[in-house]
Amino acid sequence: MSSEAKIRLDRVEKKYHGTSVPAVEELSLDVHEGEILVLVGPSGCGKSTTLRLINRMIEPTGGKIYLDDEDVTTVDPDKLRRRIGYVIQQIGLFPHQTIAQNIATVPRMLKWDKARIAARADELLHLAGLDPEIYRDRYPKELSGGQAQRVGVARALGADPEIMLMDEPFGAIDPITRERLQNEFLRLQAELKKTIVFVTHDIDEAIKMGDRIAILGERSVIRQLDTPERILAFPVDQFVDDFIGAGSTIKGLNFEQLSGLRLGGYPTIRSDQSPQAGLEALNESNKTWLLVVDEQNRPMRWMREGDLQQSTGSYQDEGSEVRIRLNAEDTLFDSLEQMLQSESGSCCVVDRHGALTGVVEMAHLRRAIRRAQVEARRHYEDLEDNA
Amino acid sequence: MTDQITHREMPTGTEGSEAGPPVVPREGFFAMWRRLQLGLWLAPLGILALVGVLYMYYQNLDLANAVRQTRSALQWETKLWPQMLQHVQIAFVATVVVVIVAVPLGIILTRPAFRRVGPYVVAVANSGQALPAYGLLVLFGAAMGMNRTAAMWAFVVYALLPVLRNTMVGLDQVDRSVIEAGRGMGMTRMLVLTRIELPLAVPVILAGVRVAMVLNIGMATLAFLIGGGALGVTIYSGIELNQNSVLIVGAVLVAIVALTFDWLGAVAERYLRPRGI
Repeated sequence: MSSEAKIRLDRVEKKYHGTSVPAVEELSLDVHEGEILVLVGPSGCGKSTTLRLINRMIEPTGGKIYLDDEDVTTVDPDKLRRRIGYVIQQIGLFPHQTIAQNIATVPRMLKWDKARIAARADELLHLAGLDPEIYRDRYPKELSGGQAQRVGVARALGADPEIMLMDEPFGAIDPITRERLQNEFLRLQAELKKTIVFVTHDIDEAIKMGDRIAILGERSVIRQLDTPERILAFPVDQFVDDFIGAGSTIKGLNFEQLSGLRLGGYPTIRSDQSPQAGLEALNESNKTWLLVVDEQNRPMRWMREGDLQQSTGSYQDEGSEVRIRLNAEDTLFDSLEQMLQSESGSCCVVDRHGALTGVVEMAHLRRAIRRAQVEARRHYEDLEDNA
Repeated sequence: MTDQITHREMPTGTEGSEAGPPVVPREGFFAMWRRLQLGLWLAPLGILALVGVLYMYYQNLDLANAVRQTRSALQWETKLWPQMLQHVQIAFVATVVVVIVAVPLGIILTRPAFRRVGPYVVAVANSGQALPAYGLLVLFGAAMGMNRTAAMWAFVVYALLPVLRNTMVGLDQVDRSVIEAGRGMGMTRMLVLTRIELPLAVPVILAGVRVAMVLNIGMATLAFLIGGGALGVTIYSGIELNQNSVLIVGAVLVAIVALTFDWLGAVAERYLRPRGI
């Protein structure tokens, strides 16, 4: 098997006494190094149980767990857990210990020396965006929910584990703070490159946080495991389709940048050209709008055929102003939002200097969506053929 | 005040400032009372006042003209003081033994392996308290001989319940998520117990110890029934001799001992409570 799998679950199973149906049924799963794998599914599907099987907070009744190709199914669970960061929704900070002491929990167990522990606590507070001078000696009850969760993450990072398990870490936080924490965490992860298994019941959070998403059905059976783009473009069955819900196409637009589009020609004239030239250019194309650009090729005004016919050639206050310019790094979702607001139903894309590089229209989005769907379907057909 | 809230700048960066400046309400009288723990520091004054009143009462007793038995019963060096020491000794030793027995028992009974037998043990401890104190004393006296040790053991059984129950409740009320987080980070069960559960249960356990202590001081009054001595002797003499002065001196001394130890308990609760909770 691939050696890049940081965590490998091999037909892991959990069956509780006195129940005929297992809570987790023969689950096999590879988590790659440095990725965020999101386990998402309806409540009661066993996603939290699955997560807790990895650090053996729940002992599996069957199968094997490998970390770095090392079988950890039977090693001392306490020692195992010191290698794995663990964040839960309720955070569970120790109320009688200061923030620094909380963060030092694992380093202390690993018997680091005092100076190193103190330095590490300060470093992690910095990383979590909390000033050590202010927060080091405070107690958890003095923190807001968002701050407490930051400390929770910092504590999990205490001894710099390579693997993190996160069980709905942002679930109990208000939407605005949650959004901010998600973004902060993604920034942090871009730097730290931990291998993370992340549990949530919120498909939008899964799409946002996940490099890959595993959609789990009952008994933690994997219904689909793939990148968020492909899951949105091609839900493999009705269950997944229902779970990702309405608007999956629109959510999928988040994953493609405008730079990925091939934008065809668009009728434009420079501001020193005559309206007559504009009318010709417009007639040659089959568009209804024409763009007036300045000497540096920066888009200025949208003009219709009627506007051109009445134009004096100065193009001041004629037609309508170009208000929105997107960059190549913006997503298709951004362009859709702007298109819906603009009169022309299309949107200018410009480079760093503001010069026009193309115009996005609804047809481009439709084509991009169709292409993503076709690619995803082909991917799955290939998988089937290879199987 | 409203300005502060409505015009607060939306935090933009990673400053973790969503808590904002704490809004400090005007402190009421009772809040200030609680914050300064005035009760804690006024209690000794009350106790001292009681001592003073008793002292004056004692000085004004016309012992020279009293009956011989009364004079003998109220002698400080030979009767009251030794009895008081016995009283404290019985109550204190019994309480220490209670703590030694009940706290570990409570810990064991809240561990997963023994959780199921917990209710039965509590029921047994309950019966210790349900039995009439007199009966319990006589039982122990009959079994162990009429002496102070027997009385002490009877009081241990009697006062076991509050400490046992509070230990169990104190450990059970520790937030599960805190334990889960500790275990999840690789703390052993022992570490979770010693570093998290017990410190967080300390206030509740101490409250139980305080109750046991006060209970035992009250009970020690009965120790004389099986030859255990203590201030009960004086009180009983007062009843037998039909001498109110003897009765009053004995009873007020018991009250002073009880209040003093209750206050010590309160001080312990205040200063042994871990910070942050």
